[in-house]
Amino acid sequence: MATRKTSEPFWWLLFAAGGMVAALLVPVHLLVNGLAVPLGWTSISHARMLALAGHPLVKLYLFVLIALPLYHWAHRFRFVLEDLGLHGWRTPIAILCYGGAVAGTVATLWVLWGI
Amino acid sequence: MSDATITLEVTRYRPGHDREPHPQSFEVPFQKDWVVLDALNHIKDRIDGTLSYRWSCRMGVCGSCGMMVNGVPKLTCAAFLRDYRPGPIRVEPLANFPVIRDLVIALDDFMEKLRRVKPWIIRAEEKPVSEGEYRQTPAQLETYKQFSMCINCMLCYAACPVYGLAPAFVGPAAIALAYRYNLDSRDEGYRLREPVMSDAVGVWECTFVGECSVVCPKGVDPAAAIQRSKLAGATDWLLSMVMPWGGRR
Amino acid sequence: MSEPRVERPGLYYPKLPTTWWLRNTNYFLFMLRELSSVFIMVFLVLFLVELYRLSQGPKAYGAYLETLRAPGWIVFHVVALAFALYHSVTWFKLSGVVQVVRVGERQVPPSLVTAASFALWAVVSIVLLWFMVRG
Repeated sequence: MATRKTSEPFWWLLFAAGGMVAALLVPVHLLVNGLAVPLGWTSISHARMLALAGHPLVKLYLFVLIALPLYHWAHRFRFVLEDLGLHGWRTPIAILCYGGAVAGTVATLWVLWGI
Repeated sequence: MSDATITLEVTRYRPGHDREPHPQSFEVPFQKDWVVLDALNHIKDRIDGTLSYRWSCRMGVCGSCGMMVNGVPKLTCAAFLRDYRPGPIRVEPLANFPVIRDLVIALDDFMEKLRRVKPWIIRAEEKPVSEGEYRQTPAQLETYKQFSMCINCMLCYAACPVYGLAPAFVGPAAIALAYRYNLDSRDEGYRLREPVMSDAVGVWECTFVGECSVVCPKGVDPAAAIQRSKLAGATDWLLSMVMPWGGRR
Repeated sequence: MSEPRVERPGLYYPKLPTTWWLRNTNYFLFMLRELSSVFIMVFLVLFLVELYRLSQGPKAYGAYLETLRAPGWIVFHVVALAFALYHSVTWFKLSGVVQVVRVGERQVPPSLVTAASFALWAVVSIVLLWFMVRG
């Protein structure tokens, strides 16, 4: 049986790294940035947030925090769609999901560049 | 023997006659030491001799009596009627496989995949028998032992939605066995199995539903074998990227 | 890619319905686990928008936080938090099984690897919490 060269290991590594980042870091950010700050349990002033996000190391951290889990999403969502019976659409699904993650990575770089 | 009975709803399918399988009910004596296989044998011996199914050892070793019992893949020799009281008990052929007749499924696909992963010890160079056996420490045995318990009963394939949706997938048991030989200190066949494992229909097809490991009657963990093979494959790939001159094992 | 399989005459080929994941609890939990990634992704996109608004000045930043106060977004974040926690728990449990850690010749039991991951998660979360809410 002929075997095909596949890019799966590449995407799987990004998925695994993104899943780990999401598991370790996302819950606390969801709690603080998604609930505590909007609900006024705590406040992070514009000046302080800007000073924080402007620091190169924090920028690097934010890049890892946002970009990597996008690949985790892309990988899982791609297989969810396939598991829901869309096997005939494998290639377009993969392009859309991973393409979305790449677009998100570029957007993250652009936003962080502008801070 | 008491007068109590229990109903089995058994899937019937006669090739060339039925368009699709349909259930047929049989009332069998309820005995607390009977397993589903005993009930099927009772049906075949006493009620309807045309019922077809596979079985052999009736002690959880041969792996031939796997069927869906109430929708769950089970060895019918280990599924006690008393655990399904008051019934009825649905007995269907193993899911995801083509049905030949009644409860008998086609094995060809699994057998072909099993051969493809070369589940035997491969040596770069065999040493002559006169030089003695290939020795192994207990710790080396321990690394792969649980994966060697597989009896090829195919319950894991019946539990795997990925195999159900994409039958080309090499599947849990075959990959677990490939992994078992890859882990074996006496084996040198990693490179030969890799093309099958790292193929698009190999380990990468798995989405880690994990049900294969839940239904395994022998405590094998095929899901872990597949994910660990992904990790090994991905590490290999990464090494070959950063060290193209030979980072691969 | 899977080629269509060659079907032999006489055999019955069952088709797995697309609702297979409603058939048992484990399948359903698997689907929840996979879909947690969608909620995490949406949260991160919202967070990215917040950072973008941050770069536009105090007014834009304040207006965005005001938007997030809407009941709909609060509900979303509560649901997303539940999914994110489910992701963390399942991730650490499964990665303990996948990642074989050896000390000498012995394999560290997966439960111990998972416990260590949970401990790391707690420490990282507390440090981040302290870093974000102090002063």
